[in-house]
Amino acid sequence: MFAGFDFDVIVRALPYLFLDGMAFTLTLTVLATLGGIVLGTLLALMRLSRFAVLSTFAASYVNLMRSLPLVLVIFWFYFLMPYVGQWVTGAANPVRVGPFWSSLVTFTLFEASYFCEIIRSGIQSVPRGQVMASQAMGMTTAQTMGYVILPQAFRNMLPILLTQTIVLFQDTSLVYVLSITDFLGAAAKVAQRDGRLLEMYLFAALVYFAISFTASFFVRRLQRRVAIVR
Amino acid sequence: MSMIAIKQVSKSYGDFQVLKNCSTEVAKGEVVVVCGPSGSGKSTLIKTVNGLEPINQGEIVVDGTTVTDKATNLPQLRSRVGMVFQHFELFPHLSIAENLALAQMKVLKRSRAEALAKGAALLARVGLSAHADKFPGQLSGGQQQRVAIARALAMDPVVMLFDEPTSALDPEMVTEVLDVMVELANEGMTMMVVTHEMGFARKVANRVVFMDAGEVVEDADKEAFFAEPRSERARQFLSKILAH
Amino acid sequence: MDYTWNWSALWSLSLDGRLTYFETLLLGLAWTLATALSAFVLALLVGSLLGVMRSAPVAWMNRVGACFVELFRNVPLLVQMFLWYFVLPELLPDAAGDWLKQLPDAQFYTAVLCLGCYHGARVAEVVRSGLGSLSRGQGMAGQALGLTLPQTYRYVLLPMAYRIVVPTLTSEFLSTTKNTSVALAIGLVELTASARAMQEGTFQVFEAFAVATVLYLALNLVIVFLMRVLERKAQVPGYVSGHEKGGR
Repeated sequence: MFAGFDFDVIVRALPYLFLDGMAFTLTLTVLATLGGIVLGTLLALMRLSRFAVLSTFAASYVNLMRSLPLVLVIFWFYFLMPYVGQWVTGAANPVRVGPFWSSLVTFTLFEASYFCEIIRSGIQSVPRGQVMASQAMGMTTAQTMGYVILPQAFRNMLPILLTQTIVLFQDTSLVYVLSITDFLGAAAKVAQRDGRLLEMYLFAALVYFAISFTASFFVRRLQRRVAIVR
Repeated sequence: MSMIAIKQVSKSYGDFQVLKNCSTEVAKGEVVVVCGPSGSGKSTLIKTVNGLEPINQGEIVVDGTTVTDKATNLPQLRSRVGMVFQHFELFPHLSIAENLALAQMKVLKRSRAEALAKGAALLARVGLSAHADKFPGQLSGGQQQRVAIARALAMDPVVMLFDEPTSALDPEMVTEVLDVMVELANEGMTMMVVTHEMGFARKVANRVVFMDAGEVVEDADKEAFFAEPRSERARQFLSKILAH
Repeated sequence: MDYTWNWSALWSLSLDGRLTYFETLLLGLAWTLATALSAFVLALLVGSLLGVMRSAPVAWMNRVGACFVELFRNVPLLVQMFLWYFVLPELLPDAAGDWLKQLPDAQFYTAVLCLGCYHGARVAEVVRSGLGSLSRGQGMAGQALGLTLPQTYRYVLLPMAYRIVVPTLTSEFLSTTKNTSVALAIGLVELTASARAMQEGTFQVFEAFAVATVLYLALNLVIVFLMRVLERKAQVPGYVSGHEKGGR
């Protein structure tokens, strides 16, 4: 079964796979996670806000994003962004947006809705008494959030946020549908060029598995530590 | 003739020894009460009788069948040994009538009609006929425990095991459950009962087994045990329990 | 925005010359639904089996279950799709591999198998947590009545575990529905692929995606509504939770 297995094709492709492909995948993962958490926190605060306009807007946005397949959202933004760019910059024609920026914006906006729900439940998991205690000492709403509630919420939610990051890491492979050279895209290109689908796809699976499995292992360990501290 | 024979049984979880060389017997028609402080291993001991808790050493024989023998058909043996749990353990997704019928149909292969009829008769006996179509969550704790006793009796057991049947109940419900148990004892049912209810022990027990720290400390006739326990530990236990 | 809207493109004939683009989108929706339903049924079967294996008091079963779950959770869905579609036929004996490749609607079967296993691994965790939320006494009570271990799972533990996890299974089904779109990468013409085909045929990008978006939202609403009905049916009268009842 593995008689015709060509390790050589993998070895030759290694620099391309990792320096081009994996570099893109990891950069996208890290930046979209950071952007997603910042935007997600904002959305969560809006959802919990007393102002109906804010909470309705945030809820609609989050529910819309969570109802759609990521693949469709990727296409939406890919075609929409040149027009948005034109509108923002006032250019005469739709602005060309590169694959990297297109995917970064897409993943940030999409994953923010998932981060939002995690952070929202994190905020709600902090006992009400904490808010009252802070206000009793004269803190403003913003101070209460910033100094008391959010630090506890993030601590509680850290393992779930990290797990979502691993999901995001795996999700980035879907930029394949835009023919972008992320890790899977690079593997697929070599696979098709050299006619070595078996080797390249198995290798890609192995690499994704190794990274995700190791990361989940550390998240589980962290989870136990956080659990003991509480 | 002994119905239950527990011979030099030991069990440990890792380094922690829950049962240390425990031995006792329950004769046919006898009621034996097992008591002792919490964590003494009494609940574990009673669960070894029908093989729910495996043991590391020793031998247990129930009605001539060796529980600890690998070749023993445990489901078949258990179907003849009724058990009542501290937390009732009725099946929440089944109605009361179905709770009583399930094992009759699946284990004893009785027809549905037969199982329901038998269940209805036993429900009447514990005074709960009106609740046949309700679900366990809709009954009080005392009612649930009476259903659990009826469920065990529906299997026509040769012996009944009770694992702290009243300790999860609100005080006002204890009596209704104990009444059913006393009635059962008076009819000659062989019973092994883990309980703190010393009033029940005085009324119907033949013997009392006192356990502490995984050991059988005392195994005596009821009169002897209550009149003057031989061990200091049992004396202390009794004075604490009877103080209130 | 400098975009010329043309909704009438929906009613123009698609490239196959028989259906209008709107009809191709509906056909895509039908494939999405067929794939999601079949895959979810498979996921429930796989997930129940694995969930039971992971909770059963048998060491080798725990390990096999854990390996399966880890394997299918740590490889991206798209990569799994490629493995099933491109790599599996290569690994099989030639005859079987050729048969697979020539199967009509091979993309559909592959997508069902792939999504079934992927979501099966996740359902396994759901079922396991449902079983774990039952008190240990439930299993003991079943066995004390003489039920065998498989009977105890079948009649006592699983019926209750399923009822507890219906809400979680709802979101898992929604997620399966959304993930069918990944199968466009192996050529399944489901809803997203149909929208993409319309965009390529008419250049009316946003009309195509807008209709697809509305259809996805409608599908979501229908699923949520049906699962709510199921949730109500699954509710056990008087049941609070495995541990709260009867005090501790």
